Amino acid sequence: MNGFARQRYLLDFTVASLMRRPGRNLSLLLVYTLVVFLLASVMLYSQAIKGKAAALLQGAPEIVVQRMEAGRHALMPAAYLERLGRLRGVAEVQGRLWGYYYDPAVAANYTVMAPARDGAAPGQVRIGAGIARVRGLAAGDVFSLRGYDGQPHAYTVAAVLPATSELVSADLMLIAPADFRAFFGLADDVYTDLALSVTNPAEVRQVARKLAERLPDCRPILREEVLRTYESVFDWREGMLLAVLAGAVFAFLIFAWDKATGLSAEERREIGILRAIGWETGDVLRMKLWEGGLISFTAFCLGYGLAHLHVFHAGAPLFAGVMRGWSVLQPHFALTPQVDALQLTTLFLLSVVPYTVVTLVPVWRAATVDPDSIMR
Amino acid sequence: MIELAAVTKTFNAGRPNEYQALRGVDLAIEAGRVTALRGPSGSGKTTLLTLIGCLARPSSGRVRLAGEDISALPERFLAELRLRRFGFVFQRFNLIPGLSALDNILLPAYPLGLPYHELRARADTLMASLEIDHRAATRVDWLSGGEVQRVAIARALINDPPVIIADEPTAHLDSRLSLEFLALLGRLKEAGKTVVIASHDPLVFETGLPDRVADLRDGRIVGVTP
Amino acid sequence: MNRTLRKSTLAMWILAPALAILVGAVTDALISDAAPGEAEMRAEVAAWGLTDLALFTEARYTRHPSQADRHAAFQDHPGALEHFPSGALMPPPPHLREPTGP
Repeated sequence: MNGFARQRYLLDFTVASLMRRPGRNLSLLLVYTLVVFLLASVMLYSQAIKGKAAALLQGAPEIVVQRMEAGRHALMPAAYLERLGRLRGVAEVQGRLWGYYYDPAVAANYTVMAPARDGAAPGQVRIGAGIARVRGLAAGDVFSLRGYDGQPHAYTVAAVLPATSELVSADLMLIAPADFRAFFGLADDVYTDLALSVTNPAEVRQVARKLAERLPDCRPILREEVLRTYESVFDWREGMLLAVLAGAVFAFLIFAWDKATGLSAEERREIGILRAIGWETGDVLRMKLWEGGLISFTAFCLGYGLAHLHVFHAGAPLFAGVMRGWSVLQPHFALTPQVDALQLTTLFLLSVVPYTVVTLVPVWRAATVDPDSIMR
Repeated sequence: MIELAAVTKTFNAGRPNEYQALRGVDLAIEAGRVTALRGPSGSGKTTLLTLIGCLARPSSGRVRLAGEDISALPERFLAELRLRRFGFVFQRFNLIPGLSALDNILLPAYPLGLPYHELRARADTLMASLEIDHRAATRVDWLSGGEVQRVAIARALINDPPVIIADEPTAHLDSRLSLEFLALLGRLKEAGKTVVIASHDPLVFETGLPDRVADLRDGRIVGVTP
Repeated sequence: MNRTLRKSTLAMWILAPALAILVGAVTDALISDAAPGEAEMRAEVAAWGLTDLALFTEARYTRHPSQADRHAAFQDHPGALEHFPSGALMPPPPHLREPTGP
């Protein structure tokens, strides 16, 4: 109890002493909060979007097989389907039909897909909410596009895909396989690529190896590689942002270092007075620990809280552009608020500990001077 | 109460600027009385005061406080002694600027961790008796000279120490404030405190406040009256 | 007795709201269910065999970063970092964004 009362008195002194320069300390707190806010925003955003990608793409095809021709991606003959179907460990093989269409009217790229099931009936199209938005289309409208032959191909919009799924479907156009071939002028016996599912997920790599032996001109892309791609795309962007922010962080570090280590003659004299009237070195250090801890912990709490609001409830206006890039068909989506214990701890250690230590070191040196120094 | 035997104090020992501030001082300070150290500046008054007040350790010789040898105690124990046994009034008072009078007065009590209401009650009583209670929340920088010296005394008394140490307390005061301050010291003596004061201000000695005067010169005691 | 606010109490008045904001953010994250549409999107991914997010739609070579393609800047390593930052940081100047052709 006595120890608690003592700490509280030290806190009393710390706050009283901080309040002597309210403007200076308040601005320090603000800048500190801003730095934590920026770092936390970047970390939260990339963490959230990586988590989102991982969660959504969990259901992506386990293996996608692409054929190569002279080292370039080429169409997949339907015969390959047969050759693969007999591979042990493969549960199902499906030929995928997909491609891109550049719509000059709105200067946007669409992804045209003809799924074997749950796609669209002949003559009809299901479009992503992004396309519906830029083209001003609704269910029942006729969507007319110029095919490979220069002729207009018209489809009736059967449905607009739900806006809540824009993150994966904003630019999708789903049409029937026959329509797809007619639109792009594709022969009946080719596919864009193949999607495989395996019987035992643990054997994906073995299946991929066997597949590469059986079809030497093909390349398998595993789902784990898909997930890793997103991981690294956002890691890279996070790194780029952090590199830019590093300048700000270092500027703050220099400022904090200067403020914390440059113990003025006045502060030195104060410590001398405290020592003379009976404070132990430890009391002086604990008092300074409170000072550093109070400022940095408050900044950490505020910075993290604001970053959470910024990223999850305000749509991260400061960073979304850098993290998501620019495009005509930008999907609208919300990130799920989340917290990662490791990330929180890292941020805490990065923001609270260095500042507190930096405040403590010079005081520790000053606190060991002789208490009779102020009498000399 | 406090006895010093063959005490010396050397600063910067072994270096070209070595300086011997005290050269063999023997002195006994009696409890409940006012002892004054008198001498020109550089005579070693202040150094002697730091040894008496446990702010420093002698280079050689013995300092005994209430019979206990404190000359070789580690700093941690000296800090504890300063806290509980001594109240200090420094030259220029050495209040901490920017803090309120109350905060300054409470400072020596913080490491003791007393219940706040108890400590506040004690501070309020002290401030009332020194007639500075209306200035409690005022920053010390804005206090008048007389108020500053009373805050300094209140700070020295907050832990109710048996010994008050004052170093040249009147050096920066005019005669009226000096007399006022000496009257306060007189009240403390009546209250049973031991007072040790270092001064070369004739006013201090004219008032007859000191019961005993030790004259210093060049780090030695050249005479004690009576 | 003269009642002035203790400075440590004042500190708590600053620290408590800050801490409340932190705790609020963490609680919000813990109680938040998946964003709307997540189940729907998983279903679509599984049904149509989608491999990528529709985040970078501005060019063919950025639309499917995980799938090497004829237009891809980097064809050989599905895990390779984007060669051109997929999604430029800023939109092109307006005069270049004028729709061309029919």
